Amino acid sequence: MSVLKVSDLTRNFGGLCAVNHVNMEIHEQELIGLIGPNGAGKTTLFNLLTGVYEPSSGTIELNVDGKMKSIGGLKPYVITSLGLARTFQNIRLFKNLTVLDNVKIAMHKNIRYGALSGILRLPKYYAEEERVEKESLELLKIVHLDHKKNELAKNMPYGEQRRLEIARALATQPKILFLDEPAAGMNPQETSELTSLIHEIKEKYKITIILIEHDMSLVMNICERIYVLDYGKCIANGTPEEIKNHPRVIEAYLGEEI
Amino acid sequence: MKKLFNRNNLCWLILCFGSYFVLMGLMSAGIINPVYQTVIQTIIVNIILAVSLNLIIGICGQFSLGHAGFMCVGAYCAGIMIKQIGGIEGFVIGILIGMVLNALIALVVAIPTLRLKGDYLAIATLGFGEIIRIIVLNMEITNGAAGLVLPRVVNFTMMYFMMALAILIIVNFGRSAAGRACISIREDEIASEAMGINTTKYKILAFIIGAVIASWAGALYAGNFYIIKPGMFTFNKSIDILVIVVFGGMGSITGSVIAAIVLGLINTFLQNFAGIRMIVYALALILIMIFRPSGLLGTKEFTFSSLFEKLKKKKGAKS
Repeated sequence: MSVLKVSDLTRNFGGLCAVNHVNMEIHEQELIGLIGPNGAGKTTLFNLLTGVYEPSSGTIELNVDGKMKSIGGLKPYVITSLGLARTFQNIRLFKNLTVLDNVKIAMHKNIRYGALSGILRLPKYYAEEERVEKESLELLKIVHLDHKKNELAKNMPYGEQRRLEIARALATQPKILFLDEPAAGMNPQETSELTSLIHEIKEKYKITIILIEHDMSLVMNICERIYVLDYGKCIANGTPEEIKNHPRVIEAYLGEEI
Repeated sequence: MKKLFNRNNLCWLILCFGSYFVLMGLMSAGIINPVYQTVIQTIIVNIILAVSLNLIIGICGQFSLGHAGFMCVGAYCAGIMIKQIGGIEGFVIGILIGMVLNALIALVVAIPTLRLKGDYLAIATLGFGEIIRIIVLNMEITNGAAGLVLPRVVNFTMMYFMMALAILIIVNFGRSAAGRACISIREDEIASEAMGINTTKYKILAFIIGAVIASWAGALYAGNFYIIKPGMFTFNKSIDILVIVVFGGMGSITGSVIAAIVLGLINTFLQNFAGIRMIVYALALILIMIFRPSGLLGTKEFTFSSLFEKLKKKKGAKS
């Protein structure tokens, strides 16, 4: 069953067509890679799917409780609450807050007390805060950051910040997780740790993961299916093997044969 | 219930009542003379204003320069009701009307202006403050530029505990899920929205709570200082409050309280040197901003539990 269906999605910036009639269909619990040369429109596509940009034309449909619901042009927080979570290419943590608070903030929509019971400190406040703290620590354990819960996010090494971003995205209880270049700036050892982390998350939470990545070893290693973008157009999709030998993909990356 | 009465909260409770009884005792014994009583009352009003503005600027990160406008609405609502109905009943009704009115005004102002960011929001809210003042200046019931002359209807006890309540509300809000949402907006609005937080809703909520509490400050001012006139609620008043917030550290409620007290006292002692008062005051501000650029406490809060931990560490180091 498909969880996300993109048809004819287009986004223009003035005269530039950053995403050009893209079609995608993504099934439950798939691990999808999205690759393409720099400026191909990968992040723009992510931004369209997560509501940062509004589509110029075309539709995005998300499976909400068995029904396909159009989410194109909805506000990002609505889309997140429907089950799409993301990380950012240039890390966007809440830098001056602790690791634990970063995760707690992302649990926002699952907290069942209002501002008033917070101000009056009703028993519900204490019960919910306790639950949120416990669940946040569990998430931090998965990304191996539970021992750093009181550290400020900005003081952590790069690789750990990336892992915290993943934990924070998971805290919104997504059905689909978008990872924008999760391995950027990581050394080979960190990358291999990340690979096993992604597998672990997929197994544990049974979610669909879509990732943008330039590290081909990572993409070819873990993705079940790959979409290739070039100049805003989707030029190929298929298994890693198919993509590796696809003439259009080779052309996009290496140039035409003379 | 166990969590409500931990050591930390108990310390705050003791501090709250302790300083109340000390101040009360000193006043009734005549050691704090009426001049200094006025200083303390001014500081109390300033604390309420500073913590409410700190919610908007420090916790939620929305730069507002119209806080005097909200204080003005609160002051005139209370003032008019004291005139019409009289006494403490008038004051209570006035404060309730002021709160409702301020909440409505804040909602109407917030919806269009909170789309703006940084400097633009500051200019828009500055304009709002001036509009309120001009309206009050030209209305019949507010008696125009001459203002209202009122009897004193509130006492020190009432002021003190309203201040304590205002601080409690804002601290509790800041530590709830809604407060965390506001803090995340301050830190990174795009990420906050991507985490499923309705940023517009929480910005408006912080703005409304800040405005409602500012109306308390206005009402207490009207009920305590005998006279209110539009000239008191100019742009300068907004800046005064802003100075307290920045001086104490944006985002630190305890910082705002300490800053309001320190600045109030500096101001009072400098009154003996009327000629150079403003120069020294400005110099003091500049020096503190040079040596502590993020304010007295930064974004940190003073808590008793962190104090205990420090003491414990010191003890451990000694032995």
